[in-house]
Amino acid sequence: MNITRRHLLLLLPAAAVAWKQVLAGTPESSPNYTMSQHWWGMLIDLPKCIGCGNCVRACQAENDVPDGYFRTWVERYHVSDYDIENPQVDSPDGGKKGFSPLKAEGGKNFFVPKLCNHCAESPCTQVCPVGATFISPDGVVLVDKTYCLGCRYCVQACPYGCRFIHPKTETAEKCTLCYHRITKGLTTACCESCPTGARQLADLKNPNDPIHEFLKTHSVQVLKPQMATHAKVFYSGMDGSVR
Amino acid sequence: MHISLYPVESGIQPERCGTSLRRKRSVAGTTMQAFRDSGHLFRLAAVFVVGLLLFLVIRAALVPKSFGKYGHYRGNAIAEIAARPVDFAGHEACESCHTDVLDKKKHGKHAHVNCEACHGPLARHADDPASVQPPKLDPAALCVRCHEANAAKPKSFPQVASAAHSTGLPCDSCHQPHSPAISGGAK
Repeated sequence: MNITRRHLLLLLPAAAVAWKQVLAGTPESSPNYTMSQHWWGMLIDLPKCIGCGNCVRACQAENDVPDGYFRTWVERYHVSDYDIENPQVDSPDGGKKGFSPLKAEGGKNFFVPKLCNHCAESPCTQVCPVGATFISPDGVVLVDKTYCLGCRYCVQACPYGCRFIHPKTETAEKCTLCYHRITKGLTTACCESCPTGARQLADLKNPNDPIHEFLKTHSVQVLKPQMATHAKVFYSGMDGSVR
Repeated sequence: MHISLYPVESGIQPERCGTSLRRKRSVAGTTMQAFRDSGHLFRLAAVFVVGLLLFLVIRAALVPKSFGKYGHYRGNAIAEIAARPVDFAGHEACESCHTDVLDKKKHGKHAHVNCEACHGPLARHADDPASVQPPKLDPAALCVRCHEANAAKPKSFPQVASAAHSTGLPCDSCHQPHSPAISGGAK
Protein backbone atom coordinates (compact mmCIF):
# COMPACT_ATOMS: atom_id res chain seq x y z
CA MET A 1 0.00 0.00 0.00
CA ASN A 2 1.29 3.41 -0.96
CA ILE A 3 1.17 5.95 1.84
CA THR A 4 1.32 9.45 0.48
CA ARG A 5 2.19 12.49 2.54
CA ARG A 6 -1.51 13.36 2.67
CA HIS A 7 -2.35 9.95 4.11
CA LEU A 8 0.40 10.20 6.67
CA LEU A 9 -0.78 13.61 7.84
CA LEU A 10 -4.26 12.19 8.30
CA LEU A 11 -2.97 9.13 10.15
CA LEU A 12 -0.64 10.89 12.58
CA PRO A 13 -3.24 12.43 14.93
CA ALA A 14 -5.14 9.16 15.11
CA ALA A 15 -1.94 7.27 15.91
CA ALA A 16 -1.05 9.83 18.61
CA VAL A 17 -4.45 9.40 20.24
CA ALA A 18 -4.13 5.62 20.15
CA TRP A 19 -0.63 5.72 21.66
CA LYS A 20 -1.75 8.04 24.45
CA GLN A 21 -4.50 5.56 25.36
CA VAL A 22 -1.89 2.80 25.48
CA LEU A 23 0.41 4.82 27.75
CA ALA A 24 -2.35 5.85 30.16
CA GLY A 25 -2.36 2.55 32.02
CA THR A 26 -4.22 2.10 35.31
CA PRO A 27 -1.99 2.75 38.35
CA GLU A 28 -1.44 -0.22 40.59
CA SER A 29 -4.19 -0.43 43.18
CA SER A 30 -4.08 -2.16 46.54
CA PRO A 31 -4.35 -5.92 46.25
CA ASN A 32 -7.07 -7.70 48.22
CA TYR A 33 -9.10 -4.50 48.41
CA THR A 34 -12.46 -4.34 46.69
CA MET A 35 -14.09 -0.93 46.82
CA SER A 36 -17.62 -2.27 46.55
CA GLN A 37 -17.19 -4.24 49.79
CA HIS A 38 -16.68 -1.17 51.99
CA TRP A 39 -18.61 1.90 53.07
CA TRP A 40 -16.44 3.98 55.34
CA GLY A 41 -17.42 6.26 58.18
CA MET A 42 -16.19 7.15 61.64
CA LEU A 43 -17.44 6.94 65.17
CA ILE A 44 -16.50 9.64 67.68
CA ASP A 45 -17.19 8.75 71.28
CA LEU A 46 -17.18 12.26 72.75
CA PRO A 47 -17.08 11.35 76.47
CA LYS A 48 -13.71 9.70 75.78
CA CYS A 49 -12.06 12.71 74.13
CA ILE A 50 -9.41 14.35 76.32
CA GLY A 51 -8.42 17.11 73.88
CA CYS A 52 -4.78 16.00 73.70
CA GLY A 53 -4.50 17.00 70.03
CA ASN A 54 -2.82 13.71 69.05
CA CYS A 55 -5.23 13.32 66.13
CA VAL A 56 -4.45 16.77 64.77
CA ARG A 57 -0.70 16.21 64.93
CA ALA A 58 -0.97 12.70 63.50
CA CYS A 59 -3.07 13.96 60.59
CA GLN A 60 -0.56 16.70 59.83
CA ALA A 61 2.34 14.25 59.90
CA GLU A 62 0.58 11.58 57.86
CA ASN A 63 -0.85 13.87 55.20
CA ASP A 64 1.62 16.78 55.03
CA VAL A 65 -1.05 19.28 56.03
CA PRO A 66 0.49 22.79 55.96
CA ASP A 67 0.79 24.72 59.23
CA GLY A 68 -2.30 26.72 60.08
CA TYR A 69 -4.59 24.46 58.02
CA PHE A 70 -6.47 21.45 59.32
CA ARG A 71 -8.06 18.33 57.91
CA THR A 72 -9.14 17.52 61.44
CA TRP A 73 -9.21 19.74 64.49
CA VAL A 74 -10.50 19.71 68.06
CA GLU A 75 -12.91 22.29 69.48
CA ARG A 76 -13.47 23.00 73.15
CA TYR A 77 -16.99 23.92 74.17
CA HIS A 78 -17.91 25.92 77.22
CA VAL A 79 -21.67 25.93 77.78
CA SER A 80 -22.98 28.19 80.50
CA ASP A 81 -25.97 26.93 82.51
CA TYR A 82 -27.71 30.22 81.79
CA ASP A 83 -27.24 30.31 78.01
CA ILE A 84 -27.10 26.83 76.55
CA GLU A 85 -27.98 28.18 73.10
CA ASN A 86 -24.74 30.16 72.82
CA PRO A 87 -21.74 28.02 73.69
CA GLN A 88 -18.26 29.53 73.73
CA VAL A 89 -16.02 27.55 71.39
CA ASP A 90 -12.26 27.79 71.09
CA SER A 91 -9.73 25.78 69.11
CA PRO A 92 -6.27 27.33 69.51
CA ASP A 93 -4.14 26.14 66.56
CA GLY A 94 -6.76 23.46 65.92
CA GLY A 95 -6.05 21.97 69.34
CA LYS A 96 -2.70 20.77 67.99
CA LYS A 97 -0.83 21.81 71.12
CA GLY A 98 -3.57 20.91 73.56
CA PHE A 99 -5.68 23.37 75.52
CA SER A 100 -4.68 25.75 78.30
CA PRO A 101 -6.93 25.81 81.40
CA LEU A 102 -10.30 27.48 80.90
CA LYS A 103 -10.73 31.12 81.86
CA ALA A 104 -14.48 30.80 82.38
CA GLU A 105 -15.63 29.11 85.59
CA GLY A 106 -18.36 26.52 85.92
CA GLY A 107 -20.72 25.46 83.20
CA LYS A 108 -20.28 22.42 81.02
CA ASN A 109 -16.99 21.85 79.24
CA PHE A 110 -16.05 19.24 76.69
CA PHE A 111 -14.07 18.60 73.53
CA VAL A 112 -15.43 17.92 70.04
CA PRO A 113 -13.06 16.59 67.35
CA LYS A 114 -14.12 17.54 63.85
CA LEU A 115 -13.24 16.25 60.41
CA CYS A 116 -14.86 15.71 57.04
CA ASN A 117 -18.16 13.90 57.58
CA HIS A 118 -17.80 11.94 54.32
CA CYS A 119 -21.43 12.66 53.55
CA ALA A 120 -23.27 10.19 51.36
CA GLU A 121 -25.13 13.17 49.86
CA SER A 122 -22.24 15.60 49.99
CA PRO A 123 -22.91 19.19 48.94
CA CYS A 124 -19.22 19.75 48.14
CA THR A 125 -19.01 17.14 45.38
CA GLN A 126 -22.24 18.35 43.79
CA VAL A 127 -20.93 21.87 43.13
CA CYS A 128 -17.61 20.91 41.53
CA PRO A 129 -17.72 22.19 37.93
CA VAL A 130 -15.01 19.86 36.61
CA GLY A 131 -15.48 16.53 38.37
CA ALA A 132 -12.40 17.01 40.53
CA THR A 133 -14.08 15.94 43.77
CA PHE A 134 -16.24 12.89 44.16
CA ILE A 135 -17.52 10.17 46.43
CA SER A 136 -15.51 7.01 45.84
CA PRO A 137 -17.41 3.72 45.46
CA ASP A 138 -16.46 2.94 49.09
CA GLY A 139 -18.00 6.14 50.42
CA VAL A 140 -14.99 8.43 50.88
CA VAL A 141 -15.12 12.02 49.62
CA LEU A 142 -11.88 12.62 47.73
CA VAL A 143 -10.22 15.37 45.66
CA ASP A 144 -8.41 14.76 42.38
CA LYS A 145 -5.59 17.30 42.72
CA THR A 146 -4.64 17.09 39.06
CA TYR A 147 -8.17 18.08 38.04
CA CYS A 148 -8.97 20.71 40.67
CA LEU A 149 -9.07 24.28 39.38
CA GLY A 150 -9.03 25.85 42.84
CA CYS A 151 -12.35 27.63 42.23
CA ARG A 152 -13.35 27.29 45.91
CA TYR A 153 -16.97 26.33 45.21
CA CYS A 154 -16.59 23.22 47.34
CA VAL A 155 -14.97 25.17 50.19
CA GLN A 156 -18.08 27.33 50.35
CA ALA A 157 -20.48 24.43 49.88
CA CYS A 158 -19.27 22.34 52.83
CA PRO A 159 -21.61 23.07 55.77
CA TYR A 160 -18.95 21.85 58.21
CA GLY A 161 -16.01 23.99 57.07
CA CYS A 162 -13.91 20.92 56.39
CA ARG A 163 -12.20 22.06 53.19
CA PHE A 164 -9.45 24.56 52.48
CA ILE A 165 -7.29 25.66 49.58
CA HIS A 166 -3.70 24.44 49.89
CA PRO A 167 -1.49 27.55 49.95
CA LYS A 168 1.11 26.03 47.60
CA THR A 169 -0.84 23.93 45.11
CA GLU A 170 -3.90 26.24 45.16
CA THR A 171 -6.14 23.18 44.98
CA ALA A 172 -8.88 22.02 47.34
CA GLU A 173 -7.73 19.89 50.27
CA LYS A 174 -9.64 17.82 52.77
CA CYS A 175 -9.62 14.73 54.93
CA THR A 176 -9.24 11.61 52.77
CA LEU A 177 -10.12 9.38 55.73
CA CYS A 178 -6.50 8.28 55.22
CA TYR A 179 -7.58 6.54 52.04
CA HIS A 180 -3.98 5.37 51.47
CA ARG A 181 -4.13 3.59 54.84
CA ILE A 182 -7.63 2.13 54.97
CA THR A 183 -7.16 0.52 51.55
CA LYS A 184 -4.10 -1.26 52.99
CA GLY A 185 -6.01 -2.62 55.98
CA LEU A 186 -4.73 0.01 58.43
CA THR A 187 -6.83 2.45 60.40
CA THR A 188 -6.58 6.22 59.92
CA ALA A 189 -3.67 8.16 61.42
CA CYS A 190 -6.01 9.99 63.82
CA CYS A 191 -7.60 6.75 65.07
CA GLU A 192 -4.19 5.06 65.32
CA SER A 193 -2.85 7.84 67.53
CA CYS A 194 -5.96 8.46 69.64
CA PRO A 195 -4.92 7.31 73.15
CA THR A 196 -8.44 6.83 74.51
CA GLY A 197 -10.19 5.25 71.54
CA ALA A 198 -12.48 8.25 71.17
CA ARG A 199 -12.13 8.02 67.37
CA GLN A 200 -12.86 4.75 65.62
CA LEU A 201 -12.86 4.04 61.92
CA ALA A 202 -16.06 2.27 60.88
CA ASP A 203 -16.83 0.12 57.86
CA LEU A 204 -20.60 0.13 57.56
CA LYS A 205 -20.59 -2.64 54.96
CA ASN A 206 -18.63 -5.00 57.17
CA PRO A 207 -21.18 -6.97 59.23
CA ASN A 208 -18.49 -7.79 61.82
CA ASP A 209 -17.54 -4.17 62.44
CA PRO A 210 -18.33 -3.17 66.07
CA ILE A 211 -19.98 -0.01 64.71
CA HIS A 212 -23.21 -1.92 64.12
CA GLU A 213 -23.49 -3.03 67.74
CA PHE A 214 -22.57 0.47 68.90
CA LEU A 215 -25.18 2.18 66.71
CA LYS A 216 -27.83 -0.22 67.97
CA THR A 217 -27.10 0.33 71.64
CA HIS A 218 -26.15 4.02 71.88
CA SER A 219 -27.70 7.40 71.22
CA VAL A 220 -25.79 8.65 68.23
CA GLN A 221 -26.02 11.91 66.29
CA VAL A 222 -24.48 13.46 63.22
CA LEU A 223 -23.57 17.13 62.85
CA LYS A 224 -26.22 19.38 61.27
CA PRO A 225 -28.72 16.63 60.42
CA GLN A 226 -31.06 19.33 59.08
CA MET A 227 -28.68 19.75 56.13
CA ALA A 228 -29.65 16.23 54.96
CA THR A 229 -26.07 15.49 53.97
CA HIS A 230 -26.24 11.89 55.22
CA ALA A 231 -23.06 12.42 57.20
CA LYS A 232 -21.14 9.26 58.13
CA VAL A 233 -19.19 10.60 61.10
CA PHE A 234 -21.30 9.56 64.06
CA TYR A 235 -21.00 11.37 67.39
CA SER A 236 -21.91 9.52 70.55
CA GLY A 237 -22.81 11.46 73.70
CA MET A 238 -22.94 14.79 71.90
CA ASP A 239 -24.43 17.81 73.62
CA GLY A 240 -27.22 19.69 71.85
CA SER A 241 -25.17 22.88 71.86
CA VAL A 242 -22.64 21.48 69.41
CA ARG A 243 -22.85 23.17 66.00
CA MET B 1 -31.59 11.29 -10.31
CA HIS B 2 -32.64 13.75 -12.95
CA ILE B 3 -33.48 17.17 -11.60
CA SER B 4 -35.06 19.74 -13.86
CA LEU B 5 -33.31 23.05 -13.59
CA TYR B 6 -36.36 25.00 -14.58
CA PRO B 7 -39.63 25.49 -12.79
CA VAL B 8 -42.45 23.70 -14.46
CA GLU B 9 -45.03 26.16 -15.50
CA SER B 10 -47.65 23.81 -16.83
CA GLY B 11 -49.61 21.27 -14.87
CA ILE B 12 -47.70 18.44 -16.59
CA GLN B 13 -45.75 16.43 -14.03
CA PRO B 14 -42.09 15.74 -14.78
CA GLU B 15 -41.55 12.09 -15.56
CA ARG B 16 -38.71 11.25 -13.22
CA CYS B 17 -39.56 13.09 -10.07
CA GLY B 18 -39.57 10.54 -7.30
CA THR B 19 -41.75 11.50 -4.39
CA SER B 20 -45.25 12.72 -4.20
CA LEU B 21 -44.00 15.78 -2.33
CA ARG B 22 -41.94 16.84 -5.26
CA ARG B 23 -44.83 16.18 -7.54
CA LYS B 24 -47.04 18.46 -5.52
CA ARG B 25 -44.42 21.20 -5.52
CA SER B 26 -44.00 20.88 -9.21
CA VAL B 27 -47.71 21.36 -9.55
CA ALA B 28 -47.41 24.51 -7.53
CA GLY B 29 -44.70 25.63 -9.91
CA THR B 30 -41.75 25.73 -7.54
CA THR B 31 -40.12 22.40 -8.32
CA MET B 32 -36.46 22.21 -7.44
CA GLN B 33 -36.29 25.85 -6.62
CA ALA B 34 -35.30 24.84 -3.12
CA PHE B 35 -32.56 22.58 -4.43
CA ARG B 36 -31.26 24.80 -7.16
CA ASP B 37 -28.77 26.55 -4.86
CA SER B 38 -28.50 23.75 -2.34
CA GLY B 39 -24.74 23.38 -2.68
CA HIS B 40 -24.03 25.78 0.16
CA LEU B 41 -26.23 23.73 2.48
CA PHE B 42 -24.22 20.59 1.82
CA ARG B 43 -21.00 22.50 2.28
CA LEU B 44 -22.28 23.86 5.60
CA ALA B 45 -23.29 20.35 6.67
CA ALA B 46 -19.83 19.13 5.69
CA VAL B 47 -18.25 21.84 7.87
CA PHE B 48 -20.41 20.69 10.78
CA VAL B 49 -19.49 17.05 10.25
CA VAL B 50 -15.79 17.88 10.09
CA GLY B 51 -16.16 20.06 13.19
CA LEU B 52 -17.89 17.27 15.04
CA LEU B 53 -15.20 14.77 14.08
CA LEU B 54 -12.50 17.22 15.14
CA PHE B 55 -14.31 17.73 18.47
CA LEU B 56 -14.53 14.00 19.04
CA VAL B 57 -10.84 13.51 18.25
CA ILE B 58 -9.72 16.35 20.52
CA ARG B 59 -12.08 15.16 23.25
CA ALA B 60 -10.71 11.64 23.04
CA ALA B 61 -7.20 13.05 23.32
CA LEU B 62 -7.88 15.36 26.26
CA VAL B 63 -10.34 13.43 28.43
CA PRO B 64 -8.44 10.84 30.51
CA LYS B 65 -9.24 7.26 29.69
CA SER B 66 -10.48 6.49 33.18
CA PHE B 67 -12.85 9.49 33.34
CA GLY B 68 -16.36 8.16 33.91
CA LYS B 69 -15.20 4.72 35.03
CA TYR B 70 -17.03 5.05 38.35
CA GLY B 71 -18.78 8.40 37.92
CA HIS B 72 -18.18 11.92 36.70
CA TYR B 73 -14.52 11.96 37.70
CA ARG B 74 -11.16 10.43 36.79
CA GLY B 75 -11.27 6.83 38.02
CA ASN B 76 -7.49 6.56 38.27
CA ALA B 77 -7.47 9.36 40.86
CA ILE B 78 -8.66 6.83 43.45
CA ALA B 79 -5.66 4.55 42.93
CA GLU B 80 -3.32 7.56 42.89
CA ILE B 81 -4.62 8.76 46.26
CA ALA B 82 -4.39 5.22 47.64
CA ALA B 83 -0.77 4.94 46.45
CA ARG B 84 0.51 7.48 49.00
CA PRO B 85 3.02 5.94 51.43
CA VAL B 86 2.00 5.59 55.08
CA ASP B 87 3.75 7.35 57.99
CA PHE B 88 2.17 5.52 60.91
CA ALA B 89 3.06 1.85 60.74
CA GLY B 90 0.09 0.72 62.85
CA HIS B 91 0.32 -1.07 66.20
CA GLU B 92 0.27 -4.56 64.63
CA ALA B 93 3.58 -3.79 62.93
CA CYS B 94 5.13 -2.66 66.25
CA GLU B 95 3.78 -5.63 68.17
CA SER B 96 5.17 -8.15 65.69
CA CYS B 97 8.69 -7.39 66.98
CA HIS B 98 8.32 -5.65 70.35
CA THR B 99 6.51 -8.47 72.15
CA ASP B 100 8.32 -7.63 75.41
CA VAL B 101 6.71 -4.18 75.46
CA LEU B 102 3.37 -5.70 74.61
CA ASP B 103 3.66 -8.02 77.62
CA LYS B 104 4.54 -5.07 79.85
CA LYS B 105 1.65 -3.01 78.49
CA LYS B 106 -1.14 -5.52 78.47
CA HIS B 107 -1.90 -5.53 82.21
CA GLY B 108 -1.37 -1.80 82.69
CA LYS B 109 -3.58 1.21 82.24
CA HIS B 110 -1.97 1.99 78.89
CA ALA B 111 -2.89 -1.38 77.38
CA HIS B 112 -5.26 0.24 74.89
CA VAL B 113 -2.91 3.10 73.93
CA ASN B 114 -1.31 2.42 70.56
CA CYS B 115 2.49 2.63 70.37
CA GLU B 116 2.57 5.50 67.92
CA ALA B 117 0.23 7.63 70.03
CA CYS B 118 3.32 8.44 72.13
CA HIS B 119 6.23 7.36 69.94
CA GLY B 120 5.03 9.17 66.83
CA PRO B 121 4.88 7.99 63.22
CA LEU B 122 7.42 5.18 62.72
CA ALA B 123 6.64 3.48 59.43
CA ARG B 124 10.23 4.17 58.25
CA HIS B 125 11.52 2.36 61.33
CA ALA B 126 9.12 -0.55 60.75
CA ASP B 127 10.30 -0.84 57.14
CA ASP B 128 13.98 -0.76 58.09
CA PRO B 129 14.45 -1.31 61.85
CA ALA B 130 18.23 -1.51 61.67
CA SER B 131 19.01 1.87 60.13
CA VAL B 132 16.06 4.04 61.21
CA GLN B 133 15.92 4.48 64.97
CA PRO B 134 12.94 6.07 66.72
CA PRO B 135 13.72 9.40 68.41
CA LYS B 136 14.05 9.54 72.20
CA LEU B 137 10.94 10.80 73.92
CA ASP B 138 10.66 13.53 76.53
CA PRO B 139 8.33 12.32 79.31
CA ALA B 140 8.02 15.83 80.69
CA ALA B 141 6.26 17.00 77.53
CA LEU B 142 4.60 13.72 76.65
CA CYS B 143 2.73 12.76 79.83
CA VAL B 144 1.18 16.17 80.48
CA ARG B 145 -0.17 16.25 76.94
CA CYS B 146 -2.86 13.84 78.11
CA HIS B 147 -2.75 14.01 81.90
CA GLU B 148 -2.53 17.74 82.64
CA ALA B 149 -5.73 18.71 84.44
CA ASN B 150 -8.31 20.50 82.35
CA ALA B 151 -11.95 21.20 83.21
CA ALA B 152 -13.05 20.04 79.75
CA LYS B 153 -11.52 16.57 80.12
CA PRO B 154 -13.86 13.77 81.20
CA LYS B 155 -13.97 13.48 84.99
CA SER B 156 -13.12 9.77 84.88
CA PHE B 157 -9.84 10.42 83.08
CA PRO B 158 -6.78 10.53 85.43
CA GLN B 159 -5.48 14.10 85.47
CA VAL B 160 -3.03 16.01 87.63
CA ALA B 161 -1.83 19.58 87.97
CA SER B 162 1.71 18.55 87.03
CA ALA B 163 3.51 21.41 88.80
CA ALA B 164 1.93 20.49 92.15
CA HIS B 165 1.89 16.73 91.55
CA SER B 166 5.52 16.02 90.74
CA THR B 167 7.27 19.05 92.22
CA GLY B 168 9.54 19.12 89.19
CA LEU B 169 10.48 15.45 89.14
CA PRO B 170 10.23 13.80 85.73
CA CYS B 171 7.14 11.60 85.49
CA ASP B 172 9.13 8.46 84.71
CA SER B 173 11.02 8.60 87.99
CA CYS B 174 7.86 7.09 89.56
CA HIS B 175 5.67 5.92 86.65
CA GLN B 176 6.87 3.60 83.93
CA PRO B 177 5.08 4.77 80.77
CA HIS B 178 4.30 1.26 79.47
CA SER B 179 2.62 0.30 82.75
CA PRO B 180 2.18 3.50 84.73
CA ALA B 181 0.59 2.30 87.99
CA ILE B 182 2.91 2.61 91.02
CA SER B 183 1.01 0.16 93.23
CA GLY B 184 2.90 -2.88 91.91
CA GLY B 185 6.19 -1.25 92.88
CA ALA B 186 8.16 0.91 90.46
CA LYS B 187 10.22 -1.22 88.11
